[in-house]
Amino acid sequence: MAVAATKKTDLSDAPATGNTLRFANDPTGFTREQELHAYREMLFIRRFEEKAGQLYGMGLIGGFCHLYIGQEAVVVGVQMSMKDGDQVITGYRDHGHMLATGMEARGVMAELTGRRSGYSHGKGGSMHMFSKEKHFYGGHGIVGAQVSLGTGLGFANRYRDNGNVSIAYFGDGASNQGQVYESFNMAELWRLPVVYVIENNRYAMGTSVTRSSALTDFSKRGSSFNIPGAKVDGMDVRAVKAASDMALEHARSGKGPFLLEMETYRYRGHSMSDPAKYRSKDELEQMRNEHDPIEQVKHRLIEKKWASEEELKKMDADVRSIVNDAADFATHDPEPDAAELYTDILK
Amino acid sequence: MSVDILMPALSPTMEQGKLSKWLKKEGDAIKSGDVIAEIETDKATMEVEAVDEGILAKILVADGTDNVAVNTRIGVIAAEGEDASAAASAAAPADSKPAVSKSAEPTSAESKPEPKPAEAKAPDSYDASGEIPAGTEMVKMTVREALRDAMAEEMRRDDDVFVMGEEVAEYQGAYKVTQGLLQEFGARRVIDTPITEHGFAGIGVGAAMAGLRPIVEFMTFNFAMQAIDQIINSAAKTLYMSGGQLGCPMVFRGPNGAAARVAAQHSQCYAAWYSQIPGLKVVMPHTAADAKGLLKAAIRDPNPIIFLENEILYGQTFDVPKLDDFVLPIGKAKVARVGKDVTLVTFGIGMTYALKAAEALAGEGIEAEVIDLRTIRPMDMATVIKSVRKTHRCVAIEEGFPQSGVTAEIAMRIMEEAFDYLDAPVARVTGKDVPMPYAANLEKLALPNVGEVVAAAKAVCYR
Ligand SMILES: Cc1ncc(C[n+]2csc(CCOP(=O)(O)OP(=O)(O)O)c2C)c(N)n1
Ligand SMILES: [Mg+2]
Repeated sequence: MAVAATKKTDLSDAPATGNTLRFANDPTGFTREQELHAYREMLFIRRFEEKAGQLYGMGLIGGFCHLYIGQEAVVVGVQMSMKDGDQVITGYRDHGHMLATGMEARGVMAELTGRRSGYSHGKGGSMHMFSKEKHFYGGHGIVGAQVSLGTGLGFANRYRDNGNVSIAYFGDGASNQGQVYESFNMAELWRLPVVYVIENNRYAMGTSVTRSSALTDFSKRGSSFNIPGAKVDGMDVRAVKAASDMALEHARSGKGPFLLEMETYRYRGHSMSDPAKYRSKDELEQMRNEHDPIEQVKHRLIEKKWASEEELKKMDADVRSIVNDAADFATHDPEPDAAELYTDILK
Repeated sequence: MSVDILMPALSPTMEQGKLSKWLKKEGDAIKSGDVIAEIETDKATMEVEAVDEGILAKILVADGTDNVAVNTRIGVIAAEGEDASAAASAAAPADSKPAVSKSAEPTSAESKPEPKPAEAKAPDSYDASGEIPAGTEMVKMTVREALRDAMAEEMRRDDDVFVMGEEVAEYQGAYKVTQGLLQEFGARRVIDTPITEHGFAGIGVGAAMAGLRPIVEFMTFNFAMQAIDQIINSAAKTLYMSGGQLGCPMVFRGPNGAAARVAAQHSQCYAAWYSQIPGLKVVMPHTAADAKGLLKAAIRDPNPIIFLENEILYGQTFDVPKLDDFVLPIGKAKVARVGKDVTLVTFGIGMTYALKAAEALAGEGIEAEVIDLRTIRPMDMATVIKSVRKTHRCVAIEEGFPQSGVTAEIAMRIMEEAFDYLDAPVARVTGKDVPMPYAANLEKLALPNVGEVVAAAKAVCYR
């Protein structure tokens, strides 16, 4: 394999590092269809997560459960730029990513309740789900591990020269792990088709980025390896899509990895048992009231008269019914057979 | 259609809580995402967000009510357009029946009924002679508090002792073990790190080489795998490699093993892993008293100590001697219950199975002696052998994997040192040879249980 031999020097058509691109208030905007698609996808994730939170409260979901509420525009926008065959990998805050790749709500919810029809037959739970069919590679509980794994998926794409790009999502907290930088170096050195998406929601558990990171401009985290980066308003699905279009094109065309910092926010605590006392109510309220990714789209749809309140209500009802069906399914599906304890340890 | 609001469980272990405050009143409109109430769990005050939309038709459990069971109906939401008062009056009185039944009990291995505990209490003795002076006043304390007190006492005593790890300072510990330490000792000595286990473990080892006494907390030992190179290649081997010039007087501590439903990557027991390494000492306490006395000893010890705690034990309460400076010897096992028929050897959370099994066995006329190793390396075989010479039978118990486990080591050592005294092969009860599954029924099957210990004890007694 020749990948190691070709170190690129020409970055002329890629954004220069150190001089970060910003994606916000994308002027080109979305078509009506794109707006409606994004609205529905984001609403679906939000309603799913609200339901998961409720099932957790009822004791139907156990262990850790990390909700994605507030960050929906990130996965929905990136997914809109992807081609079939592009892979996705992320950490444990993974429900939104799975739904965005088209994985079934019933299968995800049944995994959350630990039942046999879940994506991992109940053996993985909230943090560990996979779908080969949808090119979703998990679902990882060890902070930072998915970055090297996602780089490996990119390596396989390059090795096979199949034109696919791997998308590795990770948090602001994860981006301090050592293996992230080991991976960055190899990804650029070998020009692997990987897009690194840092979901900067400002906190890693109770630690704000200013308390964890010497350099809080995460879009520059690839700069010592020459990886171009962009800072993106991750609450605006249009900006996310515009930035991902560029990043995926860069990676797909053989220029190597690209890094996107998504500025986003999680509304809930880190997991179900985190009271989130480390941030102010005002901060949360401000994000919810002024930057909510779903409300932004809704506002535009109404303003442009692309949809009526009634139509959007109907969409909400549709989404709720899918989610309720999934919850009902996940509540009544049986637990795995006891014999499953010993299956799938080795092939 | 009206919808019930149920008292939510907001941690894997919560069964009841206090409904401290309603933030909405009857008649208020509710949107999904609205915070409607505050509840207190065992660890924190949490906000309850609405999932369903409509009008808060009725509050069924008032502000300030204590001990509200999870899944109790606490209010009713009437759908938009629905007559709120009708919905409210249709609401049945609050009861504490769960709206949805918990997952079915597993079948197979667990289905045999657990033996009834004995009526009469078997001879029970805490062989603490020499550890706790007679007449010492005891105070009730959780393992969590005992660990915190141990660190605080040692930090008061020695300015070289400091704590570092993820969320140990401002958040007061992910499991609240370092609660109050930042307030007492300040940010110089109670240090929040980024999520960089390999890096901060190495920084801890370097600081220890320079003579400081770091306590490095891992949020759980699963994450210490990121750092295991520094623990083994740097901390454990330096004294030897430097011909005795440099050592690493430090403690690596944190919860280890299974918690509840946290699946394969968050549930592993590392006792056997670290116990294999010359240059380390490995401690795994069960009670609050042992946690306190052994952690203090670990902090003072001039060697790198792996101190394995357990999330499920954190909240359990035990008697702890009220002494100004209670330090226990590392490397000394404890006879936690005296018996003559069979020896049960274990450590850490394994003690919960062993003690319950001993109780059950007593009901069937078998007097089990229970030994808590407390330290896994160095292992106090003298205490184990003494017991086996008396009982001639032994069952070793651990939550970790069976192959090359601590129990395998115990069995081998008994064979080496007391083969002629055995009337039956040593038996072991361990976690199953599988990654930890998430599903409730499978998780239960994967862990050891009291029934298995009882069965193994009876088997070695040929009963
Ligand atoms: C190696 C490792 N260390 C620590 C943890 C515990 N942990 C789980 S999530 C988390 C915070 C991660 O924050 P971030 O990367 O910002 O992602 P977010 O939760 O905000 O999505 C921590 C410390 C872990 N799972 N793995
Ligand atoms: Mg974060």
